[in-house]
Amino acid sequence: MSLPDFGFYVLCATAIVLLAAQAVIHPGEFVQVFIFGLTQGSIYALVALGYTMVYGIIELINFAHGDVFTLGAYVGSAILGFFAISEGGFTTVNLIALLLVFPAVMLVMGGINVAIERVAYRPLRNAPRLAPLITAIGMSFFLEGVMFLWHGPATVHFPDILPKAATTVAGVFFGFKDVFVVVVAAILVALLAIFINRTKLGKAMRATAQDRDAAQLMGIDINRTIAATFFIGALLAGAGGMIWGLYYNTVYYQLGFRSGLIAFTAAVFGGIGNIPGAALGGLIIGLIAAFSDSYIGSKWTQVVVFGILIGVLVFRPTGLLGMRVPEK
Amino acid sequence: MSTSVFTRLHLRDRIRDRDTAVYSILLILALVFPMASIYATDGTALVSQATRAGTFVLLAIGLNVVVGFAGLLDLGYAAFYAIGAYSYALFASTQLVTLGFGEIVPQLFYNFDQWTGGINAVGGIDQPTLPAWIQGPWSGDGPFQVVRNFNFGGDPVAFYVLICILIAAAIILVNNLYRSRLGRAWMAIREDEVAAAAMGINTVTTKLLAFGIGASFSGFAGAFYGANVSLVSPDSFLFIVSITVLVMVVLGGMGNISGVIIGALVLYYVVYYLIPGLPENVRSLANSIGLSSETTRSLADATQHLNYIIYGGILVAMMLLRPQGLLPSRVREQELKHAAVQEEEAAVEMEHAT
Repeated sequence: MSLPDFGFYVLCATAIVLLAAQAVIHPGEFVQVFIFGLTQGSIYALVALGYTMVYGIIELINFAHGDVFTLGAYVGSAILGFFAISEGGFTTVNLIALLLVFPAVMLVMGGINVAIERVAYRPLRNAPRLAPLITAIGMSFFLEGVMFLWHGPATVHFPDILPKAATTVAGVFFGFKDVFVVVVAAILVALLAIFINRTKLGKAMRATAQDRDAAQLMGIDINRTIAATFFIGALLAGAGGMIWGLYYNTVYYQLGFRSGLIAFTAAVFGGIGNIPGAALGGLIIGLIAAFSDSYIGSKWTQVVVFGILIGVLVFRPTGLLGMRVPEK
Repeated sequence: MSTSVFTRLHLRDRIRDRDTAVYSILLILALVFPMASIYATDGTALVSQATRAGTFVLLAIGLNVVVGFAGLLDLGYAAFYAIGAYSYALFASTQLVTLGFGEIVPQLFYNFDQWTGGINAVGGIDQPTLPAWIQGPWSGDGPFQVVRNFNFGGDPVAFYVLICILIAAAIILVNNLYRSRLGRAWMAIREDEVAAAAMGINTVTTKLLAFGIGASFSGFAGAFYGANVSLVSPDSFLFIVSITVLVMVVLGGMGNISGVIIGALVLYYVVYYLIPGLPENVRSLANSIGLSSETTRSLADATQHLNYIIYGGILVAMMLLRPQGLLPSRVREQELKHAAVQEEEAAVEMEHAT
């Protein structure tokens, strides 16, 4: 075992021992925080997948992705306004609205992201590497501006349409919402995994990520594949935005900046370009954030999250699960 | 063979010509600006603005070392800016400002010396004596009364002169670095890391040096900022500052110092002057056209809400129109053109083959 690996394991072991001590002393609180971290982590995982897919295929940090996520929540809240939903309890209308709006928002965000790719990134595919990064920042500001123009700087209410059923098991409170978030995120990640590993387009994506020129020589339409990557990334981001709205019932226009940064951290944490890594990284970052919120104090959460990121990258530069793309 | 050498020489001349022109214009502007603005507005607010723009120029020159020369990406640049400002604030809160500068700056330059022996050309910046030689012939009641007596306590012009001197020093320093062995090593890494390592360049040390030297500039600018504003809060060093400086470097033209300076000035103008001032301009324009006060107000409000969209739109449009930056490095431009031509030829050949 090399020294960096040793350091990595020592770091992990220390964290686990400290957490286990807490779990033994206050088991109820620990499980409660764990559930909260799991829900938060599921949302980060959905957003992180988009970052990692785009980075894997064109090596671009898509700064606009966090704002696509937030815009998903805005669009969802707007479309839900057309239905006669009731916020008091769970009605049939709520169910129908949810079943219609959820995929609709995903598709709308997918379309928007493909348009962004077409306008802002595709013309710069052969430009210096940092040029698309700047347009990504520009698109991020642009989307924030659109949301600012739409609803102003204040927080926006998102309709609370999920069932409010909740139970308390052995002093631990958990509601339908928690289950909903985790289950939906898990289903989406599973679908993504099937898509990437079993379909022809998924194979094209993997090939393009590995070597764009070789993939093109094999007859893969690069532009279409990259557009599909953006589309799928935004589907997940839109779903993430919807889930965020349904869970927290409030969004604001700069949400994407902060949570996008954390989701990107999660992608790096899991090994950028690595799809299972991003899902795992999102979950772990969510858990870390929740534990640090309750055991250390919420003002230290960012320091803890980014400190752990630096620690992991020092000891294991390719992230938790390593990079899919081999070094040249 | 001989023709290629000849064109290269010719190219170098052209680069030098353009840089000379840009630097001359900048120098003249820097000299004329304080007098003109004080004469025109009867106040020093514009000079303070220019000083703050100068801080960003300094930041951009530093980040250019990391991003433009060595081809690395640094998204945590504002951190060093913050460290500089804070250490200045901690060291100097009870001392004279000039002394505080003397505390921080030599340390930075000491580090430079330790790292790169080849840049002794900038020995003129002997910080501890800076206060003495700033009070040169132009202070006092002479013909250049604009600069009265360099009271760093409250005279914006003093800071303006200081930042101009610092920028000039930084330009000389970075230019020398660019032409040094280290600068060539950075470019080698930027173009092909594997090949650079094979040529015997220690890539880890060289990259660390790029980060270190870039960060020194940032800390340097931070110390200046702390002295100038005399109020340091974490809000001034958010992630957005790192992003802004990165945009300045890329927009100006990575790797080309004069381009980076232009980029920093243009973007500073856009972000801190043009966009915040837009509603006011729209209002006065609408007034002068003769629209009713109702429409005028709603128009101005709408413009205010469009701030983000305008800024984002400007960034995207600029990059789409000039992906290589406003004033790209001529050498890199030629390389890119060469690569593009080669690629095209290869594509044509492939088409013929099939």
